[in-house]
Formats: sequence, structure tokens, C-alpha cells
Amino acid sequence: MKHLITGDEAIARGAWEAGVRFAAAYPGTPSTEILENISTYSEIHSEWAPNEKTALESVIGASIAGARSLAAMKHVGLNVAADPFFTFAYMGVNAGAVVITADEPGQFSSQNEQDNRNYAKAAMTAMFEPSDSQECKDMLVEAFGISEKHDMPVLIRMTTRVCHSKSIVEFGERKDVPIKPYVKNIKKYVAVPANARPMKVKVQKNLELLKEYSNHCIWNREEIHDTKIGIICSGDCYLYAREVFGDSASYLKLGFTNPLPDQMIIDFAQKVDHIYILEENDPYLEQHVRALGIECDGKNLFPSNGEMTPEVIRQAVYGSEYPIDAELAEVVVARPPTLCAGCPHRGFFYELGKRKGVMVSGDIGCYTLASGAPYNAMETTVCMGASISLGHGAQQVFDTIEGEKPRVVSVIGDSTFFHTGINSLLDSVYNRSKLISVILDNRITAMTGQQENPGTGYTINREITEAIAIEPLVRAMGVQNVRTINPNKLDEVKETLDWALGMEEPTVIITRWPCALKKQAPWDLEEFTGAFTETYFVDEETCIGCRKCTKTGCPAVVFQFDKKKSSIDPDKCVGCSVCAQVCPVQAIQLMEA
Amino acid sequence: MSIKNILLTGIGGQGTILASKLLTLGLIDAGYDVKMSEVHGMSQREGPVLTHVRYGEKVFSPIVEKRKADIIMGFEELEVLRNLDYLRDDGKGIVIFNRVRVNPMGVQMGKEKYPTNGEVLIRERAGKLIALDGQAEARELGNPKVMNIILLGVLIKQLGLEDFDWNRIIAENVKEKFVALNQQALQLGIGFE
Repeated sequence: MKHLITGDEAIARGAWEAGVRFAAAYPGTPSTEILENISTYSEIHSEWAPNEKTALESVIGASIAGARSLAAMKHVGLNVAADPFFTFAYMGVNAGAVVITADEPGQFSSQNEQDNRNYAKAAMTAMFEPSDSQECKDMLVEAFGISEKHDMPVLIRMTTRVCHSKSIVEFGERKDVPIKPYVKNIKKYVAVPANARPMKVKVQKNLELLKEYSNHCIWNREEIHDTKIGIICSGDCYLYAREVFGDSASYLKLGFTNPLPDQMIIDFAQKVDHIYILEENDPYLEQHVRALGIECDGKNLFPSNGEMTPEVIRQAVYGSEYPIDAELAEVVVARPPTLCAGCPHRGFFYELGKRKGVMVSGDIGCYTLASGAPYNAMETTVCMGASISLGHGAQQVFDTIEGEKPRVVSVIGDSTFFHTGINSLLDSVYNRSKLISVILDNRITAMTGQQENPGTGYTINREITEAIAIEPLVRAMGVQNVRTINPNKLDEVKETLDWALGMEEPTVIITRWPCALKKQAPWDLEEFTGAFTETYFVDEETCIGCRKCTKTGCPAVVFQFDKKKSSIDPDKCVGCSVCAQVCPVQAIQLMEA
Repeated sequence: MSIKNILLTGIGGQGTILASKLLTLGLIDAGYDVKMSEVHGMSQREGPVLTHVRYGEKVFSPIVEKRKADIIMGFEELEVLRNLDYLRDDGKGIVIFNRVRVNPMGVQMGKEKYPTNGEVLIRERAGKLIALDGQAEARELGNPKVMNIILLGVLIKQLGLEDFDWNRIIAENVKEKFVALNQQALQLGIGFE
């Protein structure tokens, strides 16, 4: 039977078929759906980890304990997990282990466009690059075999299009792979220098052996048609190249890309007149091909940023123009994403945005949208957890200047706080900066689509677990000044900001109200009584058309330009009441049930 | 056959994803090779959603190229305009368009203007334009949410795929209590002219 599924779903299916027993991940676009789908297979123990580093470390443990294991993450997640990744590559596996990296050419939802193929090379692991969903599944199954045969973790590099495009997949059956016995082996699993030196030699030898595999495996293949143009490509670039050149070119399609198949590349180069290297991001293949002494066109012709779409290829090779339709370009306005109606971040950022003399250091989550209009209340975003430590450094410097000293307010979500924000807060407390850290606790990992986290009380399979309470945690870390507030109450937000700005030592504000999209837990319903059950409306008689309510940036508030009156979309409003609190004439009122 | 290129565009919550899912399931049943690509990272936050669907004997790329879309089906006017440069420019492109306007934040704040001449611009560029008030049609059926399935019906008619067993596909993929309503909505769309 044929199934039309995404690359992420295919990886999940592949994990099941390969006999995987343990999988861990931290959510991150475009990799999130991998673990979400894996968790639907009861044979695989699945876990949301607090961050990518702990996810990979638990996978290392699971592999050593004898179970085929998998960690999935977005490209920047592998930066977080890089430390264990490099050493895991040295020590190798007991049962097979695979790391999935989901890169983002084009940066649809990421802070950078790094090319994680470089990690395979730097860490010395085998690597696959699937181009469609069938390959995602098949390569993953194969990767476990490689991992066990060559005693190394294997990296699978996907990209957004591969993760999120659907194509047809034929399913296989699950292979029953029993748990391998754990054997105490200090020389293998303790990476002290004396053990690690021979480990490196072993890895290099294993990679050398894999060159033979790379030259003969089915994942690297020639397709010889017209030989005037020869294209060397990997990942989705193969699909784009086929689309543009069809049978008017020959292809060397590379699916196993570390180590690369030198002999195959040399042979292919002899069969074709001119070589194009098509790859997204870095000249990873190109540098290797050039090092073999083969002339080619690569990044001299094709861009090293964005996606290598058929349009981009046509433009580079044929100079094809896609003239901009000026008439359309003039009228089309942007539709930036906004905080949802009822989003608990709205009230807080509405107030914070009004403060003068503060610098707001931000983090990664829905609240990053507060850097845009109408709040303009976030001034830095670097990586997960950076808000607090970056803010700490900035505050330390501000405190040394003469005259008016800006105050730094760091904002971070609950999931991001658990991810790496805890370490950052330790820095601020230990080094005594008067930083104001705000933990925006909306009781869920919202940005990536409502995943559970250590604070929610549920595991990925919605089994009940310990819900880590942020306030006691923060107090235990030595913060004396802590307040937990309801961010929908603007007076409370205002008063608490005044209080915090008056402090001369580390201060923490926790805003606690659930995400409007969250499936509420029984304890949420108990704590946040009546949340999202009410609707407000605008009394047009009273409304003076001042548009203060639209400045809250709520998508439920619609200004009727013809009538010069505001209105509220009853299908969207969930009753947070922020607009009603800012209305100067009380025109926004609660609808009676 | 040559490959058909279709774009479905709208904003989060309008049901583009279900509509494209049903379409592709029908296409697979009929034995086509199908590829589909979605950009929907911000769809829950009032952001745009764009779905590419390509089908034929053998499809490589999952994305439609500019000026190559045979049909653009838009659930919202501005989103049609945003993606109109995907439409083939040989006068054979079809636009199916739901007469709905949702103000983006810039318009809401009074800093930008929602295009006033959208339908004219679409008409000038499309070989064929089918405009309908999908929400009103859906409301008449009893639930404004089936707007997406009405539009899907219109699309299916334009693709000449109305003979597939869509009733079964709906029955297998929609919650039981909504099956009949969705089947009705699809027929309404197929019959729309």
C-alpha cells in the first residue's frame, strides 16, 4: 500500500521498522513531527528532553544499554548537543544510534542557516542525505546497520523541504532487534585521554573502511543521459535538478555523503563534459570535488544562501528572469504572524513596551513576536537561553557607566527556561547582577505546536509526571525577589514592573497563564478558572474610535474603518480582557452568557 | 500527461491543510505520482499558509515554480494576490478565489492599506476566474467551517476529477458526525458555476 507522508513521518516509520526502542528530542521546526510521530508507536519509548544535549546523552545511554536509539533535532539543536556528539563519535555504540539534524535553507523558522553536513565531517561520523520521504525511511533503516557495523553514531541530514514535503512511501515490516547485552567496557565508554587517543584512531580507520561502502552503496548512483552536463547533487537539490534539466543532463546523486565516494566522482567526471554542483548552503560537495582535481561550477554560479529551487537553478544557469509584477508588488502588504487572541504574552508586552530606560533581551518562542509591531518590546534574540545570560552581561556593563543606567529585562518562556535558561539564571545570581528575569510561563511549549515540557505535568504520551514548579526552583537557586503574576491583569503587570525596577539584586517575575491554544489539563482548569470561556464586545455607541484597543495587537480586535469604530470577532475572542482594560471609555464589555 | 501544478493558499484556521490532504488522497487512489509541500510554521498565529500540490506520471520537485501554476485556489483575497506570480502567464491559468478579506496587523494598525482593486488584478492575470463567497455558501449548509470543502469541490471540477470516489475519501478522513455535511459541501462545490 502507498502512503503519502512527510519526511518527518517517514523517519518515524523508519525508526519503527528498524527496531528502534528509544527516541528522544527537543521540539524545533522542522524536526518536531519526527518524535511526535515516533511516540505513536508503542514499541518505541519516546521522550521530550529538556534540551538537545540531554536528548542525545540519553540516547548514548540507551545505545550503551543495548537498544537501537535515535535523537532528532533542528540544525541549531545540534550546536547544543555538539559536546556529546563529538565524543560519542569517538566511543561508538553498542546498539545502533542515529542523530537526525533538520537544517533550514531559507530560514523559515530559524535564527541561522548553518549547514550541519559540516558536523559529520568534523565529528567523523557517517552521514546520509535523503531527498524524499521514501529515502528518509530506507536510509534510516540502513543507517542503523552502518552504525552497528562500523561502531559509530550516524548523522542523517534533512532540510525543511525534505521534512515537510509529502511523497509516496511503501512501508515495510518492523525488524525485531533484541536488546544487546550491556558489557562493562571502560576502555570504550570512558573518554579519558588514554582511552580517547586510540578511539580516534579507530574512528579514522572505520571511516576509511566506509569509503568502500560509499563507492558501492545504492544510495550513491549515476544516472547517465545526455553527457554535456553532469550534475553532482544531494538531498532535495536532486529533485530540483531533475525538474530543470530532465534527461538533458547526467546525474551523480549522492545520498551517502560522509565519507564521499571519491572513485565514483572521478569516474562520473570522466563521462561528462561539464560539471555543476548543486547543493544548498555550504560548498560541502564542491570543495571535495575540487580537492580531487575536478573542475566544476558550484558556488561561483549558485547562491550559498536560501533554497536551491528550480527557479534559482534556471536563473543561475540560463539567466532566466522572473520579472517582478510591479503592480502586484505595490499593493501586496505583509501578513506577519501575531500573538493569538487570548495569548498571555499580550498583556505583559503591552505594558513592557511602554517602559523607558530599559533594554529587553529576548529569547526563542512565540514571544519573540514581541520584537515586532505593535509592541517593539524585544531588542535581542540569539539562541535558546541567551536572554538571561546576555542580559546579565549587558547589565554588568550598564552598571559601570556614568549617569542614567539602563535596566535590562530578560524575557524567556517556560520551555526555553527549562532548556538552557536555568544555567543562565545561575550565572546572573552567582555573579550578582541586578537583572530582571521574566519567565513567561504559558504552561506549554507553544511555538512548535503545543508540546509537553518538564513544567506541564505530562510526558509526550500524556502520562502524568512531576510538574517542575518554577517559583520554588528559582528560589532554591538563590533569588530572593520572586513574584508570580497573572499577565492578563495590566495593573498587576504595571505594579510588578515598578517593584522589580526598584530592586538592586537579581529579581524574577513569573507570568503564569496558559497558552490560548493549549489543551487544558484538569489542574489547569482548576487553577485558571474560567479561562478562555468569555467573550467581549464593543458597544458602538460608547466607542470613540481612538483605536487604543488595536494597539494591543489582538487579531480578534477589528477596526471598522468605514464606521470609525472598533469591533471584536466573537469567533476569535476568548476573553483575556486586555483590550477592555486599555479602553479609555469602557466601550468594551463582557458579553453576558 | 504533463504534470499539474496547484497552489492552495490562505491563512491559518481556514482549512487549507485538510482540503489539500483530501485532494492528494484522491490523486493517489487514482494512481498518480503526487508530491506536496507546505509552509505552515506560523499558521496558528494568523500567518499565511501555502500548499504546493503537483501530480502526474512522475513528479520530482515538491514545489511549484513561479509562472507555472495551473490553478491557484485562494481562501483569502490578499493571499491570492501574494502568490499570483505563481500563475502561468499564457492566459491558461485558473484562479478559484474565496471572497474573504482578513486584515493583517499592519492594516489593523492603520499603517498599511488592504488592496482595494484585488479582484481586478486577479481577473487581469487569470485565464479563468471563479470567485465565490464560500463562507456564505457554507453557512447555508449549516456550518461556515466547510467553506474549505466547497472550494475543494470547485477545484476538483476544474481538474476534471469529479468522478473519483470522494465520498469514500471524506468518510475515511473526516470525523463521523461531519461526514455527510462535508460530502454535501463537496457536491455543492463541484456543482458550482
